[in-house]
Amino acid sequence: MQTIVTENEIWEILENVMDPEVPVLSVVDLGVVRAVTIIDNAVEVTITPTYSGCPAMNVIEINIKATLQAAGFNKVTVKTILSPAWTTDWLSEAGKEKLRAYGIAPPVGRSIDEHALFGAEKKVACPQCNSNNTKMLSQFGSTACKALYKCNDCLEPFDYFKCL
Amino acid sequence: MDIQKALFDYTLRLGDNALILGHRLSEWCGRGPILEQDIAMTNIALDLIGQARSLLQYAGEIEGKGRTEDDLAFLRDITAYRNVLLVEQPNEDFAFTIVRQFFYDNYSFHFYTALLQSTDETLAAIAEKSLKEVRYHLRYSSEWMIRLGDGTEESNQKMQKALNQMWMYNGELLTMNETDRVLLAAGIGVDLEALKPACEAKLAEILAAATLEMPTGTWMQKGGKEGKHSEHLGFILAEMQYLQRAHPGATW
Ligand SMILES: [Zn+2]
Repeated sequence: MQTIVTENEIWEILENVMDPEVPVLSVVDLGVVRAVTIIDNAVEVTITPTYSGCPAMNVIEINIKATLQAAGFNKVTVKTILSPAWTTDWLSEAGKEKLRAYGIAPPVGRSIDEHALFGAEKKVACPQCNSNNTKMLSQFGSTACKALYKCNDCLEPFDYFKCL
Repeated sequence: MDIQKALFDYTLRLGDNALILGHRLSEWCGRGPILEQDIAMTNIALDLIGQARSLLQYAGEIEGKGRTEDDLAFLRDITAYRNVLLVEQPNEDFAFTIVRQFFYDNYSFHFYTALLQSTDETLAAIAEKSLKEVRYHLRYSSEWMIRLGDGTEESNQKMQKALNQMWMYNGELLTMNETDRVLLAAGIGVDLEALKPACEAKLAEILAAATLEMPTGTWMQKGGKEGKHSEHLGFILAEMQYLQRAHPGATW
């Protein structure tokens, strides 16, 4: 490839790599991509897991490589780092709106660390009817990043993307 | 003991604690008392197995013999395991599982908080990552300690029984051995003795809220950190390692 590629172009391409478990969010929206560097046409993408045991990480790595290779980048490496640890504070505003539209309540407020320990339960608005009259059923939901809630008004259960 | 050897032993221990407890919790999959608890315990199991993966991967790097995290998990014999005896104890009933979890979460919350200060960058990074998850685990096990302890007469009795029987496995978590002392002196490891006041205070707080009585026994079991295990670990490994032993290198 003769043209000069910028890191910004790589970031744009990565907007098309979706999270396998929340397919409305790209790995960029999610904040999983931490850095992109290009040295002599070789692309290195640095990612960080949402949770230690997140089973989606392998798939994300494969999809990043495949997407960049399809766009003409033959030398792609994906590096995983653990620090700084991923936080829901990195979710983009656009990402939060996409979550809500998909039926998952986005994280409320920032991840103030001590809050997870016996903090008062946060008011989470129902993504279906917007009511604040909701109740947490379980701190642990269908995937590690979600808690299970129910709405007392429209009676629908829903996932809440919890603060981390 | 040189530092490199101690660091391997230490990282292995942390990885084995997470792996074996994660495996124990995974035994609840499909058998939880109610669906939400089934999901919660398997979620916690997944976090722990993820932590184990990072730790055992690092242990393999420290050792420098080319062993991967999978080799370490699936191809080591029982005496090479360094986990504390607590985490290999059987699930018994939900009360036992919650008490075991609370002991571990209370320790690991304080332990990983201290490990953030390690001069070993990889251990500090794993601590930073794990701590975020452990906060949710500790909240979960604390809430169930209280809900069941301060629940019905029957749930209170079951919790008190589990607490009394599990008690002798709580001490090993904060007992220093040579590995701990070598790494503490090197600025890498955590001073376990120094964690005792905070861990004991948290335990007392939760037991009071749960209307449970603090056990009085002073005899504490130990040996897991040196590879001396109960027979329970043998059964866990037999199940966990069967596939890789029967079909070496199998993937799917
Ligand atoms: Zn609603």
